[in-house]
Amino acid sequence: MNMNATLILQMIAMLVFVWFCMKFIWPPLLKAMDERRAKIADGLAASDRAEKALQEANQEVEKQIKVARDKAGEIVDQANQRHSQILDQAKDDAIGERQRQVAAGEAEITQSANQAREELRATVASLAVLGARQILEKEVDEDTHRELLDKLIAEI
Amino acid sequence: MSSGSEAPTSGEYIQHHLQNLTFGQHADGSWGIAHGAAEAAEMGFWAFHVDTLVWSLLMGFSFFFMFRSVAKKANSGVPSRGQAMVESIVEFVDTSVKESFHGTSRLIAPLALTLFVWIFFMNLMDLIPVDVLPFAASSAGIPYQKVVPTTDVNATMGMAIAVFVLIIFYSIRAKGVKGFLGELVFNPLNPEQLGMPKVVWPFVMAFNFLLEIVSLLAKPVSLGLRLFGNMYAGELIFILIALIFTAGSGFVGAGLSSMFGDHIPAWFWLLATATVFVTLWMNMKGLLNNKKTLWFVLAELFLVGGLAFVGGQLMHFGWAVFHILIITLQAFIFMMLSIVYLSMAQTHH
Repeated sequence: MNMNATLILQMIAMLVFVWFCMKFIWPPLLKAMDERRAKIADGLAASDRAEKALQEANQEVEKQIKVARDKAGEIVDQANQRHSQILDQAKDDAIGERQRQVAAGEAEITQSANQAREELRATVASLAVLGARQILEKEVDEDTHRELLDKLIAEI
Repeated sequence: MSSGSEAPTSGEYIQHHLQNLTFGQHADGSWGIAHGAAEAAEMGFWAFHVDTLVWSLLMGFSFFFMFRSVAKKANSGVPSRGQAMVESIVEFVDTSVKESFHGTSRLIAPLALTLFVWIFFMNLMDLIPVDVLPFAASSAGIPYQKVVPTTDVNATMGMAIAVFVLIIFYSIRAKGVKGFLGELVFNPLNPEQLGMPKVVWPFVMAFNFLLEIVSLLAKPVSLGLRLFGNMYAGELIFILIALIFTAGSGFVGAGLSSMFGDHIPAWFWLLATATVFVTLWMNMKGLLNNKKTLWFVLAELFLVGGLAFVGGQLMHFGWAVFHILIITLQAFIFMMLSIVYLSMAQTHH
């Protein structure tokens, strides 16, 4: 085991290799590794953010659905209301129409009755006059007995 | 086993394996390769272990090109398998540095990575069967070849001294020349704080200096010698295992020789081979159960010396598996200690 100048050459070789490593190997490798680390960190952060966004979106969707459902309910209620309103109105209209027709019918009937009564009265009056004339066997002067006659007619 | 026409003794075999290929100035003034340990020792300090240098540079460049090829293509997208592997090593080193080195330096992390991977690669050469490369080298006419640079104290101490230089550099950078020298002479006994008279100061300072210089010098020595010692011992055990295998076959060979004389007759080998085949054939025909077959084959292998071969392989394999742990651990320890020493150099006591 003799120590000799190999020692010195080995020493120089080592320093040169260390310098090579420091210059050509370490920086690019570490740079790549650090970049990848940053990328991975970014990716993880992005996925976290995405998850949060997804949650928010889900919440938003739920809210929207709830709003829509409320609105739909409202619309249905309105429709129902409208429906009953229309029904009521139709009913009212029908009742009104019926009453009107009934009233008209009644009026017609009353009118006809009145008319018939007038005709009847007139007929009765003429019959009464005819009767009286026959009873008196003389002609009753219609003009002189008008007062009597009218009294008779009113009594019928 | 590896070189020479006649078989070397165990001692020669070990020595041959532990001898570096030394290039230096011969006693007669000419430059060349040393043949034998004595000649290498004569060359003195200004000689070079060519094998150590070549293999360590080869490993260093392997490290450099392997990592550089990844670094060039490195991107922050999905990494390729090679990039993932390199990055996991870098990450591991980076974490170790961040945990142990207090302060900022652009040098420490690359230094740690270089030391770790380079030393690991050099140690890895230990797993190549001990005879392969020396045998190949001797076939090519190179007399000696020690392929594991970290089993050469020059290599490990060279790296340790380079770290030591950095330790001093960092000390001076952090504390200034005055602070660095002051730490050497005013620790652990500070005469000023202890209120000693000025007359005794030089003695106290000399005493301090003795203590501190030892602890300072212990750093590179412990760093270099630990690695060297572990790897040298591991290599030696590989060599011894190889010797056991050789000696085992030699032992059986000697037994056979005593039976048949110097020349083992051809009919013996034919008979041995035939016996093995007959045993296996009988097993296939169901005439022998597996257990009996195993015992027969083992006995036959033992007879022709194959058992020693198998045993040697098994031991070699076992030690190699254990050695994987050692080579990684030693590379890691060298890296960690360098980081810790450099971190200590920066802090004020």
